[in-house]
Amino acid sequence: MTGTQIVPGERAVALLGGEANDANLRRYLHGIPGVDAVGLEQRAAGLGTRSIKTTSKAWALDRIIGLVDLTTLEGADTPGKVRSLVAKAVTPDPADPSCPRVAAVCVYGDMVPHAVQALGTAHGDPDQGKIAVAAVATAFPSGRSSRSIKLEDTADAVAAGADEIDMVIDRGAFLAGRYGQVYDEIVAVKEACRRADGTYAHLKVILETGELNTYDNVRRASWLGILAGGDFIKTSTGKVAPAATLPVTLLMLEVVRDWHRLSGDKVGVKPAGGIRASKDAIKYLVTVAETVGEEWLTPHLFRFGASSLLNDVLLQRQKMTTGHYSGPDYVTID
Amino acid sequence: MSFLEYAPAPESQAILNLRSEYGLFIDGEFRSGGGKPFASINPATEKHITTISTASADDVDVAVAAARKAYDRVWSRMSGADRGKYLFRIARLVQERSRELAVAESLDNGKPIKESRDVDVPLVAAWFFYYAGWADKLDHVGLGAAPAPLGVAAQVIPWNFPLLMLAWKIAPALAAGNTVVLKPAETTSLTALLFAEIVQQADLPPGVVNIITGAGETGAALVGHGDVDKVAFTGSTSVGRAIAKSVAGTNKKLTLELGGKAANIVFDDAPIDQAIEGIVNGIFFNQGHVCCAGSRLLVQESVHDEVIDRLKTRLSTLRLGDPLDKNTDIGAINSAEQLERIRSLSDVGEAEGAERWTAACTIPDNGFWFAPTIFTNVSTSHRIAREEIFGPVLSVLTFRTPAEAIAKANNTPYGLSAGIWTDKGSRILAVADKLRAGVVWANTFNRFDPSSPFGGYKESGYGREGGRHGIAAYLKTAAPTAVTAPAKRTPITKGASK
Repeated sequence: MTGTQIVPGERAVALLGGEANDANLRRYLHGIPGVDAVGLEQRAAGLGTRSIKTTSKAWALDRIIGLVDLTTLEGADTPGKVRSLVAKAVTPDPADPSCPRVAAVCVYGDMVPHAVQALGTAHGDPDQGKIAVAAVATAFPSGRSSRSIKLEDTADAVAAGADEIDMVIDRGAFLAGRYGQVYDEIVAVKEACRRADGTYAHLKVILETGELNTYDNVRRASWLGILAGGDFIKTSTGKVAPAATLPVTLLMLEVVRDWHRLSGDKVGVKPAGGIRASKDAIKYLVTVAETVGEEWLTPHLFRFGASSLLNDVLLQRQKMTTGHYSGPDYVTID
Repeated sequence: MSFLEYAPAPESQAILNLRSEYGLFIDGEFRSGGGKPFASINPATEKHITTISTASADDVDVAVAAARKAYDRVWSRMSGADRGKYLFRIARLVQERSRELAVAESLDNGKPIKESRDVDVPLVAAWFFYYAGWADKLDHVGLGAAPAPLGVAAQVIPWNFPLLMLAWKIAPALAAGNTVVLKPAETTSLTALLFAEIVQQADLPPGVVNIITGAGETGAALVGHGDVDKVAFTGSTSVGRAIAKSVAGTNKKLTLELGGKAANIVFDDAPIDQAIEGIVNGIFFNQGHVCCAGSRLLVQESVHDEVIDRLKTRLSTLRLGDPLDKNTDIGAINSAEQLERIRSLSDVGEAEGAERWTAACTIPDNGFWFAPTIFTNVSTSHRIAREEIFGPVLSVLTFRTPAEAIAKANNTPYGLSAGIWTDKGSRILAVADKLRAGVVWANTFNRFDPSSPFGGYKESGYGREGGRHGIAAYLKTAAPTAVTAPAKRTPITKGASK
């Protein structure tokens, strides 16, 4: 899958009316209206009470599967584990051939060749029913290494065949107010996503909202990630608690909606970590549909970063077709 | 089908076990009324729900006499702790039967089930729990030691929050030691009658709570009854005025909670997405049938266009339809009469030159419905900026400075509530200080809590409900002769304090 073809950094200069340095970014990001935490959480809770039944539920379950980035990010990952993950991604439910495939598999950079090889002909653009390979890069999850290592990490994964790069922002720099540095780094990583043929790998910018702490920070970081050229903004690495929450995702969707109003560009959102139940995932679908609109429910605009979610969705799906619940032994572990 | 349409998710009515007709609840039992019975209909379908009795003047006499007897012989003599036990029991029964009450409320009133389930009924339970706690602590209300109850309270409540208004009235009255005769609005008597069953279930002494049904005439007979000590009314300003007249010159104590035309003030630094939610919740909650609804939106000129644009987008996602569907945001208008009033005032708004915008939504064939509507270019002299519409209609005005916002917000005969939206804490405090409204919400709207007093300025009524003030309205200072010297304490001897 191919990211936006814009020149990295172009978005910001037009909007800021000047260079994207600390001062200009600060003025812009701090000029955005604040977030009222109580109101935001109330709205998210309200969206969570939507009752999704019968045909809508069946559609939602299939769509969730098609939006999943099936993920393994362990120190103990091996080529065998990745092959098993890929097999699950291609055939989530061996008992039901009508079950859709997931959007992508998400692995560490050194596992990209194994994932690409295991996918074979199934490798490709999820919008065309294929499965993409996403790699976490830039010294994931902490992001604490030098810029050159981060860029090398990214370029490596892209060269190995990664279609999507999940980078982490420098939260330390962000919290210290060095917005220019965070911005420059995203721009540089985006540049490192450039392939030999001039196209770009899709860039997902992980904000690690659990470390940003306030909703105002999340909103500013979301804008920063978009201005610097991110194709997606992503909540979390999954390694820090709290990971994705509904209010945080709602807030990021609101930024994406506002960016769309402003520029006409569509940026994606990926909540990752902590979403384990179908019921919760459906709440996210409702939130997307009622905030940015239903057209965002496609793989190039919305993803779930998850591993155990898939099996719960499969169990629910089996329940909808057979009328009764089965158990964890009726779905495969990857 | 698009995902956003959502498949129907109706709440089952199977939990309801309604009778085909209901009598009056007097002295602990149901009995037939002397007046002509009337039908209660479902405003969403216009279908018959049940038949309700009308209390005649004689029935009112019997009900007040039952309340008087229960007051003299049982309730005023019972210890506060024991009264509290009954109230706690009622609160728990409300919780146990919450689903049933929510379904009945939505069926009879037309409000969406998500509101009756998540707001009305939980607040009803909260009100009884809160005042149950006060029953044995009356010394701390602020009226000195051992304040006395007033006697028999006549309570008349409106149709917008039928069961919640019942709780607002009955819970503090009983906690303070009064007995009550309550009349619900004639279009929404159902949950009050289910509450009568709860009163029976709680084994409350007969006559402590009496519920009589009927129209305005019954209400007039009740508040005008000679043996009533306290009148509490929530409803329209015109009826409130008539009650104030009828009570004038008597010894009856009176609290009135009447209409409103609240200003919801949005400053240019407001948290915009939450402000939009607040505006929506302020005026479209309960189809705008809320006396404290934020029906006048005051927006700072610099953000007016953006706010309206976002508001319209948001309103387009509201779902109007079957009140019993769990995904419905906007339910039915309670009666044909109210619908007619909303329509005619909206037409006046258009005729006066305001710009009307209505969310595109399908209106069901039967029942009473009004799509969410916004009027822009409204000026302070328009009738839609002055009169209470009591429906899902928002009038948008603009202002340039905080001083102008305050002046416009206060420029109304009402003064029940107001809202302020800004990120700046000092501005919230400064503006709230100058608003003549009983309740001021900051960065939120239409939030209720039993511990918070609620009531109005000017034509919005007098007296407060909720909190310590709410129970003080049902008490009087003990007569000076009733004060007795505290019992002498045995002095503590040295060494005994281990």
